[in-house]
Amino acid sequence: MSEQLAQSNDNPDNLPHSMIPGWKVEIGSHTFTSEEIITFAKAYDPQPFHVDAEAAKNSLFGGLCASGWHTASIWMRKQRDFVKETMSERAAQGLPIPEFGPSPGFDNLKWLRPVFAGDTVTYANEILTCRTSKSKPGWYVMTARQSGKNQHGKPVISFESMVLLKYPA
Amino acid sequence: MKSFDYYYEDMTIGRKIDIGTYEVSKEEIIHFASQFDPAPFHLDEEIGKASMLGGLSASGWHVCSMAMRMLCDSYLLRAASEGSPGMEECKWMAPVLAGDTLSGHLIVESARLSASRPNLGLVNFRCNLFNQNGKQVMTYTNLGMMRLRQAA
Repeated sequence: MSEQLAQSNDNPDNLPHSMIPGWKVEIGSHTFTSEEIITFAKAYDPQPFHVDAEAAKNSLFGGLCASGWHTASIWMRKQRDFVKETMSERAAQGLPIPEFGPSPGFDNLKWLRPVFAGDTVTYANEILTCRTSKSKPGWYVMTARQSGKNQHGKPVISFESMVLLKYPA
Repeated sequence: MKSFDYYYEDMTIGRKIDIGTYEVSKEEIIHFASQFDPAPFHLDEEIGKASMLGGLSASGWHVCSMAMRMLCDSYLLRAASEGSPGMEECKWMAPVLAGDTLSGHLIVESARLSASRPNLGLVNFRCNLFNQNGKQVMTYTNLGMMRLRQAA
C-alpha cells in the first residue's frame, strides 16, 4: 500500500494517509464456522440461536448465527493484523509509525443482519475524524466507521470506533 | 411452547436487574486477546503495567463479551429474547485488570412495540459495570428484541 506522507495545509503534522479523514480500506475477511460460532457463544453468549442449530431454526434469525460480540471481536483481530502489516511496511520504508493506544469506546453499533455459519465477512475501515487529544499531550484521538459485509455484499455490522494513537511514536 | 420468566411486558421502564458477578483471570484475558485482540498490553503483564492502562487489561471487546455472559446468566437465558439490532454507545471508562471481580446491573430506559412485527417489542436498556472497588469500568446502551407474553 502506498503510504506517503500527506502534504497539505489541512495536514500540518504530516500525518500518514491512514490517519486522514476520508481514507478507506478493506482490512480483511473471515469465514465463520459453526464450530467457532458455538465455541464463542458457549463462553460468552449461550443463547439458543448461537449454540444450537435446531433451536436457531425456530428463532427470528432462522439459523445458527454468530454472537454480535463474536462478529465485533473478529473485526478487532482483522484490524490488529492489518495495522501490524501496514506498520511494518512503513517501517521498511523508513517512515515513522504511530503507536496505537487504548480505545475509550464506540458509538452506533448496528448488527444489520445475522452472520450465519459458513458466511464470510469482509471488514472495511473509513477514517472519520482525527484530532489531538486534549487530556493526553502527544496523542491523537481518531474515529473511524468500521463495517463488515457478507459474501453477498450485504452489510452485517457497522459502528464508529475510537482509538488513541501517538504519532510520531 | 417453552415459557419464560421475562417477556417484553416485564421490561418496564426503570426496572433494574442485577447481573451478578464475573471473576476476570489473567489466563482468560490472555486467551481472549490472543484470539481477538493481540495488542501487547492485553498479552503481556509487564507491557501492560508500563502502559497507560496500568496493568494486564482485558480487551474492551472481552469486557463486552463478559457483560454479555453476565446478562445471559442473570436473566437473558430465561427471557423471550430474539437478539439485538445494536446499541447507541459504549464507553470503556476504566481498565479491567487481571484479578478484578466485575458486578453490574441493567436499567430499562425505554420500550416500544415493533412497527413491523406484531409479536415483538424493543427494549432499550443501559448496562453499567463496576469493579470490586466500586469504580465504574463500562457503560453501554443496548436495544433488545423480545417477544410479547400475550403472544406466547
